[in-house]
Amino acid sequence: MFTVFKTILGRDLTLAMRRKTDILTTFFFFVIVISIFPLGVGFDKAMLQKMAPGIAWIAALLASMIALERLFASDYEDGTLEQMLLSHQPLIIIVLAKVFAHWLLTGLPLVLIAPLAGLQYHLSGDEVGIMMLTLLLGTPILSLLGAIGAALTLGLRGGGVLISVLILPLYVPILIYGAGAVSTSMEAGSNVQAYLLLLGAFLILALFFTPWATAAALRIASE
Amino acid sequence: MILKIQNLSCRRGDRLLFENLDFQIQSGELLFIEGHNGCGKTTLLKTLVTLRRPDAGVVLWDKQSIFKLADEYRQNLVWLGHYNGLKGDLTALENLRIASVLNGIDASEEALWDALKTIGLYGFEDLPTTVLSQGQKRRAALSYLLLTKAPLWILDEPFSALDVRAVDMLQAIIAGHVEQGGMVILTTHQEVPLTSGQVKRLKLAA
Repeated sequence: MFTVFKTILGRDLTLAMRRKTDILTTFFFFVIVISIFPLGVGFDKAMLQKMAPGIAWIAALLASMIALERLFASDYEDGTLEQMLLSHQPLIIIVLAKVFAHWLLTGLPLVLIAPLAGLQYHLSGDEVGIMMLTLLLGTPILSLLGAIGAALTLGLRGGGVLISVLILPLYVPILIYGAGAVSTSMEAGSNVQAYLLLLGAFLILALFFTPWATAAALRIASE
Repeated sequence: MILKIQNLSCRRGDRLLFENLDFQIQSGELLFIEGHNGCGKTTLLKTLVTLRRPDAGVVLWDKQSIFKLADEYRQNLVWLGHYNGLKGDLTALENLRIASVLNGIDASEEALWDALKTIGLYGFEDLPTTVLSQGQKRRAALSYLLLTKAPLWILDEPFSALDVRAVDMLQAIIAGHVEQGGMVILTTHQEVPLTSGQVKRLKLAA
């Protein structure tokens, strides 16, 4: 079972390395969204600090969303998804491997680039640390939840837009607690532990339940 | 091992493709599914591999519904559809390795190389499959047939895009599988000569 996980993970990472534009698009999308906000709203330090958590998190939501469309679509188009659905291995393991690969390629880079956002928005080192931590806990949830939407919209025209309509509402709790943690950390004497614990709990829940939903959605989409 | 189809009906949209279809196939048998374009051959095959649910009727594998058996049934199955199921950015060798792992075949590197050599892709195994010709892509997809131990092969137009020599080779592979007690269901306009085993025909008329 672990071999299957490793093989599918390796497969998706290799594919991404041979077609780098897909990953770079997400990455630069995030960087650009973060960078144009100060141009639009002005460079007032206090205001930027206040807006930073929300903007960084919304940019992360959108970036993870645009990458989702390709999660299963290319496998669907060339028939490899059919082969996975009929393989002798549990579909849930395959789904988990694909989602993990997706997160490594689109979620993790956002965590690593977060300090850049911190610089632009005058955040202190501690606040950047909290932002990275919440993104580290939160972006896997985005990938896991998003996979359900990506599976449900397979084979539909305009699937990309539909994913956003289906999945963005589900992202709301993650946005609230993720951005909330960073905002709270800016107040003196505050404690963000509760936010992090809640995000962690969300992550565990998503890890257990979403692969089943995604697998079921893939079976429906293949009909 | 018997695959038994009872009272099967399938619709595509509002159109009835076929209804009350009954047939069965067991070890050592080859079933040709014939019919003109659009009569539901592919839909029938997709139903038999559990990719699609029938609108009425049942498909039984050793007296149990294939949709209930699910994974247990799929372990007996090889499916080759219209799509080759290859990743264009991966090489034939990588594609074959992934297919083996997905189907729980513990194939050594030599076994993978041998399969590609036999199927006639020697010298092409290190190229991404996207640069191969249609026929070579089909060969890459078919190379998996040389590794699998699954008894039931369901092949949709397996001969499409193949040249004369590849057609001969595939006929021999299919005939060999049937003679060793396997079962093959295929749609095609190409006959497969058998020296032993039984050939059945099913004509779909819409």
